[in-house]
Amino acid sequence: MQTGTITSAWEENQFVLAAAGRWDIASAERLGPQLRNRGPDRKGVPVCLDLSGLTALDTAGALLLDRLIRRLREQGHVVAVVGARADLCALLKDVQRAAAGVASRHQVTVEKGPAFPLADQIGRATIGIWHEMLSMLNFLGLVTVTALRLLREPQRIRLKPLFFHLEQVGLNSLPIVGLLSFLIGIVLAYQGADQLRRFGAEIYVVNLLGIGVLREIGILMTSIIVAGRSGSAFTAQIGTMKVNQEVDAMRTLGLDPVEMLVLPRMLALIIALPLVGFFANVVALAGGAVMAYAYLDINFVQFARQLQVAVSTTTLFVGLVKAPIFAAVIALVGCYQGLRVSGSAESVGLLTTRSVVVSIFLVIVLDAAFSVLFSYIGI
Amino acid sequence: MAAPVISVRGLKTRFGAQVVHDGVDLDVQKGEVIGLVGGSGTGKSVLLREIVGLMDPSAGTIQVLGQDTARLSERERLSLQARWGMLFQDGALFSSLTVLENIKVPLKEHTALPPDLVDEIAQVKVAMVGLAPDAGSKYPSQLSGGMRKRAGLARALALDPEILFLDEPTAGLDPIGAAAFDELIGSLQKSLGLTVFMVTHDLDSLYAICDRIAVLVDKKLVIGTIDELLRQDHPWIRDYFHGPRGRAANAAKGS
Ligand SMILES: Nc1ncnc2c1ncn2[C@@H]1O[C@H](COP(=O)(O)OP(=O)(O)O)[C@@H](O)[C@H]1O
Ligand SMILES: [Mg+2]
Repeated sequence: MQTGTITSAWEENQFVLAAAGRWDIASAERLGPQLRNRGPDRKGVPVCLDLSGLTALDTAGALLLDRLIRRLREQGHVVAVVGARADLCALLKDVQRAAAGVASRHQVTVEKGPAFPLADQIGRATIGIWHEMLSMLNFLGLVTVTALRLLREPQRIRLKPLFFHLEQVGLNSLPIVGLLSFLIGIVLAYQGADQLRRFGAEIYVVNLLGIGVLREIGILMTSIIVAGRSGSAFTAQIGTMKVNQEVDAMRTLGLDPVEMLVLPRMLALIIALPLVGFFANVVALAGGAVMAYAYLDINFVQFARQLQVAVSTTTLFVGLVKAPIFAAVIALVGCYQGLRVSGSAESVGLLTTRSVVVSIFLVIVLDAAFSVLFSYIGI
Repeated sequence: MAAPVISVRGLKTRFGAQVVHDGVDLDVQKGEVIGLVGGSGTGKSVLLREIVGLMDPSAGTIQVLGQDTARLSERERLSLQARWGMLFQDGALFSSLTVLENIKVPLKEHTALPPDLVDEIAQVKVAMVGLAPDAGSKYPSQLSGGMRKRAGLARALALDPEILFLDEPTAGLDPIGAAAFDELIGSLQKSLGLTVFMVTHDLDSLYAICDRIAVLVDKKLVIGTIDELLRQDHPWIRDYFHGPRGRAANAAKGS
């Protein structure tokens, strides 16, 4: 099997290019550069392309020949193709026809870039965020309307998926939430104790822990973990269904994707997050209690007594009241991003990441808003 | 006769207790178009996947282009794979790439051609499989089923393979689209000198472009030209070729 070659020579008044051997994709790499400047150095001489030595030709090889012929013709030479075997000639013709359609359209005007690329990007991003906010609000409206409709016909609430998701987002998240909360409790107690010990006020570690955990840390931590765990899962699940056209199939079967996919997840998360959050509170306090006992010699009875003095049910309530709202935001963002997936596997990944980032961002912003609100109304 | 391009001997496939193939033998010659038919779930796709090395058979040998697929090193397997193209049932295009980018994937992976040539090859392939030029910049999700098949074919042909494997290429196409696709495969086969191995349920395709037909019945292959198979008296084969659809396709070819 000899590879493709090209040779050129003058024969009387014409310039003869002889292609021989296998002109295939394996030879194309080597042949390409050899063809670049090949041709007569005078204008307007007849060129004869002799293909009688060709033993094999494929599309890549044919395209190289076609390019050569096209270039020579553009340079004003008359090109005659001779000697090709019938089957190779047919392929060359096919490729020439296909390439002609491509070439005529090849000179697409390249769009000029913006004058200030950075400003352009910032502008586009800003408008993008604005549009996304609007359409998320739109989605919130859609979900609310669907939820209200469902309230009138509660028998349509789908219990099976609801319990399935309750298990997924609630029960199955307990180990990781518990572990992380316990560690947070330990860290808080340790750091607080270090500072308070200087004033001989070690016992106030309990106040610090109680208020810190119950009002803020417990729910915030839980929400962030759940956003990373369940929000992303919602996006990936719904997004994959979108890619497989399952969501379209649902619509054509007269099923409402919001009712089927979004509401069960949202409801499950709204129910589960306060419970998981309460669990996280208890475990974080337990972690703090263990640390207080080991490091400050505050025993569990003292810890409990001081805790009773330090916090009231209001403290607990102020923390837990945020949970359903955070849950709604996480579910809303997760499902919304999932439904935005379009066609490709890549967009599933992209939107899953975005779902986590946006929901954690919104949870923290809302938490800050709650703090301001609570201090304004004095609790 | 020259050595066959594909040669399968004593192939057996088992999934747990289920036996799918029990002693399949097959030889495909260079430049031949062979159609594989059989009832649903008889293991046509599995046989195809075993030949292209996506699955391992339970027993038996498979030689493609003179190489035993079970005994290849990873490097040899990759370079062998560049010598055949496969069209999956629903195209299996990379969803995050445009059609042109899909076609360029094997070109970039297996060759060191300059980008402008790669670009032009990809565009020529798009034109050769009968897609409009603007389809090249579209994503798979923006194409119809038939267009996805054509795009999948263009990607399978990107490296000008010696063998083309097709899994139900015309399933899901309208009859006119299916006929056009048959014609396309036939003309590409002639101009590129391809060996084509296709799974199909489409009797019209069998009559239109296949040189020989392999029928998967009773876990084995019965192979022959249409005329030979028409004389077979195995009940399934008789029902298949002499049933109403078989007769219609036969009549259509006669006219
Ligand atoms: N990965 C697998 N595991 C178990 N069974 C399989 C697997 N792939 C295919 N099968 C079984 O093998 C049989 C043949 O499947 P297939 O080749 O897809 O049929 P078809 O001839 O319709 O293409 C079917 O009964 C299928 O259930
Ligand atoms: Mg199949």
